[in-house]
Amino acid sequence: MANKIRVATTSLAGCFGCHMSFLDIDERMLQLVEHVEFDRSPITDIEHCTNCDIGLIEGGVCNSENVHVLREFRNNCKILVAVGACAINGGLPAMRNHIPLEECLNEAYIDGIGVENAQIPSDIELPLLLDKVRPIHEVVKIDYYLPGCPPSADVFWKFLTDLIDGREPSLPYELVHYD
Amino acid sequence: MRQLIQCIAENDHYEVRHLLKMLRQIQAHYHYIPEAAIDQLSGLLKIHRTQITSVIEFYSFFHLSPRGQYELLISDSITDHMLGKQSLLEYMTIKLNVAVGAVRQDGLVSLDNTSCTGMCDQGPAGLVNGHALTRLDKKGIDQITALINQQKPLEEWPPELFQVDDNIYKSGLLLNQQIDQGAGIRLVLQRGAKETLQEIDKSGLRGRGGAGFKTATKWKFCSEEHQMERYVVCNADEGEPGTFKDRVLLNSYSDQVFEGMTVCAAIIGAQKGFLYLRGEYLHLYDKLENILVQRRQNGLLGNNILNAGLSFDIEICLGAGAYICGEESALIESLEGKAGIPRNRPPYPVTQGYLGKPTVVNNVETFMAAAGITINGCDWFADIGTEKSKGTKILSISGDCPRPGIYEYPFGVTVKDILTDCGATDVLGIQVGGPSGTFISNEEFDRKLAFEDLATGGSFIIFNTSRNILDMVSNFTHFFAHESCGFCTPCRVGTSLLKKQVDKIVEGHGSAGDIVALEELCQLVKNYSHCGLGQTAANPILTTLQRYPDLYHSHLKEISFEPGFDLDGALETARRMANRDDAGAHLAQTESEHE
Amino acid sequence: MSKTITIDGKTIPFEDGQTIMDAAMAADVYIPHLCHQPEYTPHGSCKLCTVKVNGRNCSACTFPAMEGQEVLSETKELIDDRKKVTQMLFVEGNHFCPSCEKTGNCQLQGVAYHLNMLDNHFPLFYPDRAVDASHPEVMIDHNRCIFCTLCVRASQQTDGKDVFAISGRGINKHLIVNAQSGLLKDTDLDVNDQAAHVCPTGAILIKRTGYQVPIGERIYDHQQIDQVSLAKEHLNHGE
Repeated sequence: MANKIRVATTSLAGCFGCHMSFLDIDERMLQLVEHVEFDRSPITDIEHCTNCDIGLIEGGVCNSENVHVLREFRNNCKILVAVGACAINGGLPAMRNHIPLEECLNEAYIDGIGVENAQIPSDIELPLLLDKVRPIHEVVKIDYYLPGCPPSADVFWKFLTDLIDGREPSLPYELVHYD
Repeated sequence: MRQLIQCIAENDHYEVRHLLKMLRQIQAHYHYIPEAAIDQLSGLLKIHRTQITSVIEFYSFFHLSPRGQYELLISDSITDHMLGKQSLLEYMTIKLNVAVGAVRQDGLVSLDNTSCTGMCDQGPAGLVNGHALTRLDKKGIDQITALINQQKPLEEWPPELFQVDDNIYKSGLLLNQQIDQGAGIRLVLQRGAKETLQEIDKSGLRGRGGAGFKTATKWKFCSEEHQMERYVVCNADEGEPGTFKDRVLLNSYSDQVFEGMTVCAAIIGAQKGFLYLRGEYLHLYDKLENILVQRRQNGLLGNNILNAGLSFDIEICLGAGAYICGEESALIESLEGKAGIPRNRPPYPVTQGYLGKPTVVNNVETFMAAAGITINGCDWFADIGTEKSKGTKILSISGDCPRPGIYEYPFGVTVKDILTDCGATDVLGIQVGGPSGTFISNEEFDRKLAFEDLATGGSFIIFNTSRNILDMVSNFTHFFAHESCGFCTPCRVGTSLLKKQVDKIVEGHGSAGDIVALEELCQLVKNYSHCGLGQTAANPILTTLQRYPDLYHSHLKEISFEPGFDLDGALETARRMANRDDAGAHLAQTESEHE
Repeated sequence: MSKTITIDGKTIPFEDGQTIMDAAMAADVYIPHLCHQPEYTPHGSCKLCTVKVNGRNCSACTFPAMEGQEVLSETKELIDDRKKVTQMLFVEGNHFCPSCEKTGNCQLQGVAYHLNMLDNHFPLFYPDRAVDASHPEVMIDHNRCIFCTLCVRASQQTDGKDVFAISGRGINKHLIVNAQSGLLKDTDLDVNDQAAHVCPTGAILIKRTGYQVPIGERIYDHQQIDQVSLAKEHLNHGE
C-alpha cells in the first residue's frame, strides 16, 4: 500500500463543479483507490498538503488565501494540474476583471440593493481580494491542463489512468471541451 | 465649423485620397476631430463615417477627444532618453501642471510621448502642434511654459526653439555633389530612358531604405507593366528611431531628390509623383513646396518638361504619426487616404501600387543617388564601395559621441573608422539600422557596413559602457508594440506579449523559464508576422540575447517561477478599502521572499 | 496537363488564379484558418493558415498557387506554432466559453480543439471591452472579436451595405459600426444579413437562438473542424 500515488485536490475561486465531475467517475472510483490515496482534499478533510504526487487545482486565484493554498500545493506536489476553465483562464469569476475592484466591493457591501449596516468587511481572518482574478499558471508553474467547465469524468479518468500506467497524459478530441 | 469643413473638402476636390490632409487641418484647428466634422465630411466625400473614424484612430496625430490648444509631444526615442528626456518630462509635468497623456483642466495644454521625431542629434526633442522642438532643456521648458500660459501664438515663439541643424560632419560622393537644376532630366532626354536605366543598372545602386532591392530592376519591372498610368513615390516617412538623414537631405538637397524622382518618372513613364513626408517633418513642408514651385517655374515639373513632351508633377503628402507607413504598401494605403495597413503580396507595388497602378517606391537617398548617377555616369558610383554594395551610404549617427550628425561613407567602411570619426570612446555597442536592425558589441568593430555584412538604412546609435542594454531593449520593444498596425495576430498580440515578457525580466520578476519563453515568442513573431515590422520587432531582443545571455540571466531570480505581475500590489485596493495593513494583508512576490 | 503543387508530398492540381488554400480545399486538404471563407476576398490576417512554400512562410489563403510549389502544412513546427497563434487570439480577448452562447459552434474553439489546445500558454490580457445589445435581434460582444473582418466583408460583398469596420491600431484594434451613436441599433443591419451570421466566434450573435441546440450536441462537439470545413466547401460546390 505504501506505493500508492498520493493525490491532493482543492478548489480556489471555483464552484466545486470540477470536484463533482470527478466524482462522476462513479464505480471507477473503486478501481482508482486501489492505486491512489487522497491527501488534502474536500474528500478527506485533511487540512494541509504533505508530499504528494499529483495536485489537482480547481478554480482561479481571486484572493490572498488562494495564493497561499496554491503555493502549498506547488511546494508539495510533484505534478500540479490546472483543472477546469477557471483554473485555466480565470473562468466566470474573471468576468469581474473589467469592473474595478472598488466598484465591486462598493456594490456588494455599500451601495447594493438591500444592503444593511453598510461597511467593507475588515477582519484579519478574511482573505483580501486581488484586483483581478488570475489563472493559476500566472502565479505558479503548472504541469498539465484539463480544460472543461467542468472537465468530464472521463477526462479525469483518462488523465489519471495515463499517469498511473506511466503514459504521457493526452486527451483525444472527444474529451477536449472548454464548456 | 460647417463652413470650414466645407472649405477644406472643396480645396481638395472632395477626393477621399486627401482624407489625411483634411483631417490634419481639422485637427490643427480644433485640436481634435469633432463628431460633427466626421458627419459632415462623410457626406461631402460620400464615404461612410466608419472609414473616417478608422483613419482617425489609426494615426497617432489624430484624436477623437480634445487635446490642448498647445499639444506638446515629447520624443520617446532611446536617444532622447540618453539625453535626459525622462527627468525633463517630469519637470514639464510640474511646470505645466499636466500629467503625461492628459490635457490640463483649462484645456490650454496637453502633454504626451511620441515615437522618435528624427532629431536624435539634437534632442531631447519634441513637437508642439506638430512643429519640431529641439534641444529641450529646463530653461527651454521654462520659456515654453511662459509662452503657453501667455497664450502666445507659435509664430511669436522665439525661432531658436524650433531651430533644426543639419550637422553634416562628413561628406562624400553624394553630399559633396552640386547639380544644376534640370541637369539630370536633360541627360535622360539626351541619352534616352533605356540608356539611362542601363547606367543606373550598371552603377549597382540598391535601395537605401535598408532592404537593398536593386533600383534599376524595380524601375524596369514597373516600366514593363501594361498599364500606362504609373506613379513615382518617394518614401520620406523616416520613422526608424535613430534615423534622420532624410530630414537633412530634404532640407539641403531636395532639388537633387526631386531631380531623381523626375528621372525615374521619365524612365518608367509616370506622370505623377508623391513625396510622402512623415508628419514629424512638418517644418520642412513649406520649404519643399517652394522648391516644387520653383521647379515648375523653371520648366522642370508640370506639363511638357523642358519642352520635350514629358509631363510629371510631384505632390507632397504628410503622414500623421505611424511608423508602419514606412513599409511601402502601407505608405501607398496612406497615400490613398486610408489606414496604413500593409497589403498582401503579391501583387507588389511595381505591378499594383497606388490606386492599383504600377508604382515605384524608393527612399529619399535612392532618388538622390539616381540623380547623381544619371549625371555622372555609372562608374562615378560603381567605383566606390564593395562588390555587392556600390557607392556610399549616408548615416545618421547619434547616442554617446561628441559629434552626432550626418556622415557619408563608401560602403565597406568599418565600424571602427566611423567611431573614430565621430569621436566615440568607451563604447559598449552599437544599434545598427535602428530597432529593426542589429545590435553589435564592442568585439565586432571590425565589421563593415555593407549589404554583405551589416545592412543598414542609416541609423547608427552608439551606447557607451555606462548604458544598460536592457533599457534599450525595453524601449525598442515598447516602440514596436506601439507601432504595430494590428492587422495580423502574431504581431498585434505578439508585440504586446514581448513587451510584457521583457518588462517582467527587466523589472526583476523573471525566473528560469522566462528566457526560454521569451525566445520562443520572438521566433513566433518573427516567423509568422505579415510584414517587416513584425518580422523585425524581436530583433532587439534576439540580437542582444545572442550577445549578452549572461546579462539577461543575471536579472532572473534563482527560483523556478515568479508571477509576471505585482502580487502585493494586486491587494492594494482591497487593503485600502478594508483599512488593513496587517501581515495577512500582504503577499510576498515569491515564496522564498516570504519567510 | 493541369498544373500542380504538392502539399505535404501529395500532388494537388490547381488552376491559374487559385490560392494555395483554394487548391487545397478543392483537393480535400484542410489547412486551419479563421479569417478566411471562400466566398469572400481573402484577408490574410489571422495567420493560422501559414504554410511553408519552398521554405518560406506564406499565408495559404492569399498566396497564389504556382507550378511546382512544395508546400508543407502539417509539420510539427507549423502545428505547434498554429496552436500558439490560436492561444494569442484567446489571451488578447475575453473568451469565457462556458458562458458563451456560441460554444460548440465556435470556429475559434473548433480550431483550438483541432490543435489540441489545452491551455492559454500566455498571460491573459483581460481587456476592457463592451457589449452592444442595442439592436433588437443581433448583439455584439466585443470581448470575443478576433478582427477577422468577415462581418466587414460580408456586409460589403454580400449584403451591399457597410455596417462594420475595424478601427484603431495595434492591440487597440476594435470593431466599429456605421452609426453616429456607435450602436448597432442605429445601423441598417438586418437580422437576415449575411454579416450577422458570418462571425466565426461569439462576437456577433443572433438573439434568442443561443440554446436551440443543447451544449454537447453542437457542431464541434463530435466533429472536427477540418471535416466540417471541407464538407461545407463541397456543399458550396454542389458536390
